[in-house]
Order: sequence, then structure tokens, then C-alpha cells
Amino acid sequence: MRKKWLVLLVLAAFVMTGLTFSGCKKPEYIKIGIIGPMQFLQGRHHWLGAQMAEEDINAAGGVKIGDKTYLVKCIQIDTNEILSVDDAANAVERAITVDNVDFLVGAFRSEATLAMQDIAMDYKKIFVVCGASHTELSNRVASDYERYKYWFRVTPENVSYLVKDSLILLTYVAGIVREELGIQVPKVAVVIEQAVAGDPLAAAANALIPTMGMQVVGTWRPSPTATDVTAELTAIRDSGAHIIYTYFSAASGVPYARQWGELEIPACSVGINVEAQSMGFIDATGGYGNYELTLNTLAPGCAQTDKTIEFYNKFVERSGEYPTYNAGTYDAIWILTQAVERAGTLDPDAIVVEMEKTDYQGAAGRIVFDQRHDVTWGPGFVTAIGTQWQNGELKCVWPYEWLLPGMTEPLTYPGTVKYQIPPWVLEAYGG
Amino acid sequence: MLGNLLVSTLMSASVYAMLAVGFSLTFGVARIINLAHTAFYMVASYIIFTATMKMGLPLYVGVVAAVSLVVLLAMVTYKVLVDPMREHETTVLILTIGVALVLQELMFLWFGGYFRSVPTAVEGFTTLLGVRVSYQYVLTICVLIVTLALVWLLLMKTRLGLAIRATAQDREIANVMGMSDSRTATITVGIAAALAAIAGAIVAPLFIIEPRIWLSPLTVVLAISVLGGLGSLKGSILGAVIIALSENLVVFLVPQGAFFKGAFSLLIMIVVLLIRPEGLYGVAFEEER
Repeated sequence: MRKKWLVLLVLAAFVMTGLTFSGCKKPEYIKIGIIGPMQFLQGRHHWLGAQMAEEDINAAGGVKIGDKTYLVKCIQIDTNEILSVDDAANAVERAITVDNVDFLVGAFRSEATLAMQDIAMDYKKIFVVCGASHTELSNRVASDYERYKYWFRVTPENVSYLVKDSLILLTYVAGIVREELGIQVPKVAVVIEQAVAGDPLAAAANALIPTMGMQVVGTWRPSPTATDVTAELTAIRDSGAHIIYTYFSAASGVPYARQWGELEIPACSVGINVEAQSMGFIDATGGYGNYELTLNTLAPGCAQTDKTIEFYNKFVERSGEYPTYNAGTYDAIWILTQAVERAGTLDPDAIVVEMEKTDYQGAAGRIVFDQRHDVTWGPGFVTAIGTQWQNGELKCVWPYEWLLPGMTEPLTYPGTVKYQIPPWVLEAYGG
Repeated sequence: MLGNLLVSTLMSASVYAMLAVGFSLTFGVARIINLAHTAFYMVASYIIFTATMKMGLPLYVGVVAAVSLVVLLAMVTYKVLVDPMREHETTVLILTIGVALVLQELMFLWFGGYFRSVPTAVEGFTTLLGVRVSYQYVLTICVLIVTLALVWLLLMKTRLGLAIRATAQDREIANVMGMSDSRTATITVGIAAALAAIAGAIVAPLFIIEPRIWLSPLTVVLAISVLGGLGSLKGSILGAVIIALSENLVVFLVPQGAFFKGAFSLLIMIVVLLIRPEGLYGVAFEEER
């Protein structure tokens, strides 16, 4: 008798459990693989930007596809791409086949991104890059649209635009050198690390700088892994350069800035130094990184759009770090989910059509994709900004009264201050 | 230009020699090519970073902690992992590179891939032959001279030094004479690790700290040691000067090929080895035990 009761009790429990679960509607997710080198700043910023987007989108009610609502679920995929391209390719394959992600967002190193792009295209997965700048990635869209149409880039601008921006930044500094130091034809030392992305920059610098009223006194190509550039800096000092035009995408940017500041090399430093975009730069350079000027995407207090300051402050509050361009995952996920809603389906071909219609005010500017699925460059769309470390604080210094042909008013983003020539340079040239 | 070249070479050579001396000592006595040597330098840098930047302790406390902990780590690693395998040279090579990689991954785990920095002991710069030299470089040169003097005194004027030299010359005979070669080797590994840690304290403020900083110096240290003759201290110094001179020649004469300086210095090493396979101060292979 007791046994019979026990069996009945167990059966009742099963029935109750079944009823309980059938009453709960299980949420459905859109899974987005956030791919990046998670042990490094770049991957960490990919992930932080993505998490912020996930929270904001889900708090706003999720993504509506027809009459169904989906929540966004970001899945962290460590590509280890800074150390190994193979690891990156394997990680993306795993994200697609094991984690079953619907979309891929992130990536940093161009070489690894090229490999990951092919895998994503094999599976027709929409892949939005927030980190790699090489033009080959978007050239592939132009040359084989049917295969590569699933690829888009939100940050940074492609390397051609970066060259353009950095040369405009150089012109801006040269103007101040002429004005404050009275040097009409500034001498420029070109220091570009030996990396794939540096080659077009070196060629463009040598070809264009002489046409911009400046004189190139030499080109130095240190290794991207160089830990000591004192010999290069000594030679630059000897060359009589007034300005050093730089490109450092990796570690060597830190010892460069440190030794430049510590040895008080009498030349303004301007160009691209990716490490100078991070909050830890001043500490990493032992405080000698002041006055380093680099192309950047975002800066404290600088409002490229209405969304910039809110996003920036939220990111800093949450992470204790300044967002780099890798945090563009925030905008990328918003763009992606809005395209999904407009398409009303998870079919990648339909979403690509909607992605191509994107016109979105992001944190770093207005994002409209061009035919190669790169962001459109220019005032009113996306331009980079110039940031300089002044008294241990990162300041936006460009665009500052920037006037292009066809513009009626000069462009200065709110929160921008004037570039400062390092005091030892002023002293050296009697400014 | 000559002044620039001389001063720049002196600066680079002092940094390289600082790292190479300990490595050479380990090979000279224990006959171990310790590929984890520069990883100990990396660990020391992180200990100093933690003590000074995270815990706010004075630099000298960080240096003392780094030297003590790295010596302990090196001696335990040697005793537990390397000593039992000492006769199998290839195994030891793989084992020490394994130790270095484990240490690198641990640093990635604890500190991430961020670039860190430790404070300089002295700030500012001076001018030497018209070239600006930071005081930290001047300190590096001074510490190198003092370190070399101390190592020389230890080797030449103490009973321990006698044991080390005897073991280096003939391990079996030293054993027969009552000197434990295992104990001597352990102590030598400890001294070498202390030198790596001092290098970490002196050199790290000049550069940056991240978990892979051991790899590039390892190539240079290997090149210097092979060039100077494996196990020879004076060979290490001369090797450091030659490698530094070759690198600086590239930077000053072919600035567009500055990235090639590492490869060029290795090319110089190969040329020297073709002429003198045992290195500048090394023992000819056929004469080795």
C-alpha cells in the first residue's frame, strides 16, 4: 500500500514539474560571437563594448523579428590572434560549429582577420569588424561581392583613410610649428614600424610630405617588437627634425614615447601610436608620454555625436579604462540588431540588404557603409580625431577649426582644445 | 656620427651584457643551456611592478623581493626539474623552454597582456659626446661594472668560487675531491637568477613589461653567448659589444632598415662562427668533455 502511494507521489511530482515548465516561456536568443584577443586590451574592449550593447538592447525589449522577441546573448571567443593567427582561425570555426553563433563581431589583427573572414564567409555568417584596418578586407567585398558581402567594418577606418587622417593631423601640427616657432619649412622624420599596414603609410608620407611644404629628413622603420629605440631617436635628433611623424600599432609605441619624452628629443611627435590611446599609457611610459599626439577614435569630453559622451562615460565608469576603437562592438551590435529587425528574419542574405541601408548615429560618428562595406569617411560621417596627452590627461586636439573645400564652417568637435608643443621643443627653437 | 655610434653601442651593450653574464655563468658551471634565464628576468620585472606600482612599496623593497623570490624560484626549478635530467641535454633544453612558457602564461593569467612599467631609480638625462643618455642607462652601466667585479671576486677570491671554477673545469674530478657538483650547480643557478633579477630591476625601467619580454632578449643572449664562446664571461661582454655595435650600425647607416638590426647582428654571429666555430673565447668542441 505504502509502495503504491510512493509511486503516485512520484508521478504527481513529474506532472507538476511538467506543468510548471510548460507555463514558462523559454526566452530565445540571438547569439553573437565576440571575437578578440581576450587576454589583451583590445579583446577586453571588444567584450566590454559588446556587454554594454547586450544589456542596453535587452533592457529596451530585445530584438523583434516578426511577432517573436529575441534577447541578445554575447559569447566570448578568445582568438589569441596577437600571438597566433592559427588560434584565431580555429576559434572562429569553433564559435560557428560548436557555439552555434548567429553573427561574429570583433577581431583586431589584420592578418588574423583575413583568415577569420574566409571562414565566416564559408558559413555565410555576418562578420562585423571592430579592429582591423587593412584595405584587403574590404577590397575582397568589391572583387567578389557574392562571397564576401557578409563582411562589414565599423572601426577603425580602413588604412587608406588612416593615412589621410594622419597626414591631415601632421599638416595641423606643422601649421602650429610655423606659427609658434617661426619655422616655415619644418623638417620631418618619418618613423614607421615595420608592419604590413605601415608600408603604404611610409610610401605616402615620403611622396606627399614634400608637397605639403615640409621636408623629409629620413625614414626609420623599427621593428614592431622593438623595446629600445634610443639609437633611432639619437639619429633623429642629429637629423635636425622639427616633427616626428609616427606609426606604431604595437608595443614599440610605448618605449618610443617614453624615450622621446625622457631624452627630450626636440621634435613634436604626431601620427598614430595605438598604445597612446589607452588610459594606462602615461603609467606605462613612466609619465614621459605627455605631449604625444595620436590619431584616435574617442576621447574624454569630446562629443563627435550626441551619443559619444554618454557611451564614453559609461564605459569608463564600468571598466576604469578609456574605450579604444575596439569598443566599437557597442555600435556594431546595435547596427546589426536594427538590421535584423528591419529584415524581419535571421536569413543572412536579407540582413545584408538591410545592413547596406544603415544610417546610424554611433558614438564615433554617423555610420553609413560604402560599396566595400567600409564606413564612409568625411565631415558629417566618420573622421578620426587627434588626441594629445596634456598634463597626464587625454585631450581631443583635432579637428580644431578644420576647414575643407566645400565646407561653409570650420569643424571643431565640442570639448576640443588646442594642440600644445612640448615645452622642450619650444625651448630648443626659442618659441 | 662616431660619437653617436659609440655611445649608443655602449648603452645597448651594457643592457645585453647584464642579461648575458648570468646565462653564461650557468652554462660555464652547470653545462646547462637555461632557456628560462630571461623568463626569470621577466618574473623579476613583474615582482618589482607589483611591489612598487600595486602595493606602493619603495623601489629597493621591490628589488630585494624580486631577487629573493626569483633566486628561490630558480633554485627550486633547478633542483626539482632540471637536476634529475641534467645528463640529457636536449631534454633540459626543452624543459627550460617549457618552464619559460609556463611562467609567461602565468603572467598572462595574473597581469593580462597589458604593457606595464616600473619606475626608474634615477630620472633625467645627461649628455655624453653630444648624445643624450638617460641616467637609468648610466646606472645600468655602473651596476654592470659592479656586478662583474663582484662575480669576479666571488669566482676568484672565495672557496665557493674555487668550487664553481673546479666544477666548471671538470665535474667528475671536483666530485672526487669532495665538492658536490649538484650543490655547486644549484648555487650557480641561484647566482645566475639573482643576476637576471638585478637585470630586471635595472633594465626593466628602460623598456616595458609584458609577458613576452623574455623572448626577444633570449635570442640576443643566445647570440651573445655563442659569439663570445658558451660559458665565457669575458666572451659574453665582448659578444654584447659586437652585437650592440652591429645593431647600431644598421640604425645609423641604413635607417629604413632599422627593423633588420636584430637579423643583421645574428648574421655577424654566423660569420664569426664560420671563422671560429667555438666562439671568440670558447673551448674548441673537440677539447670539450
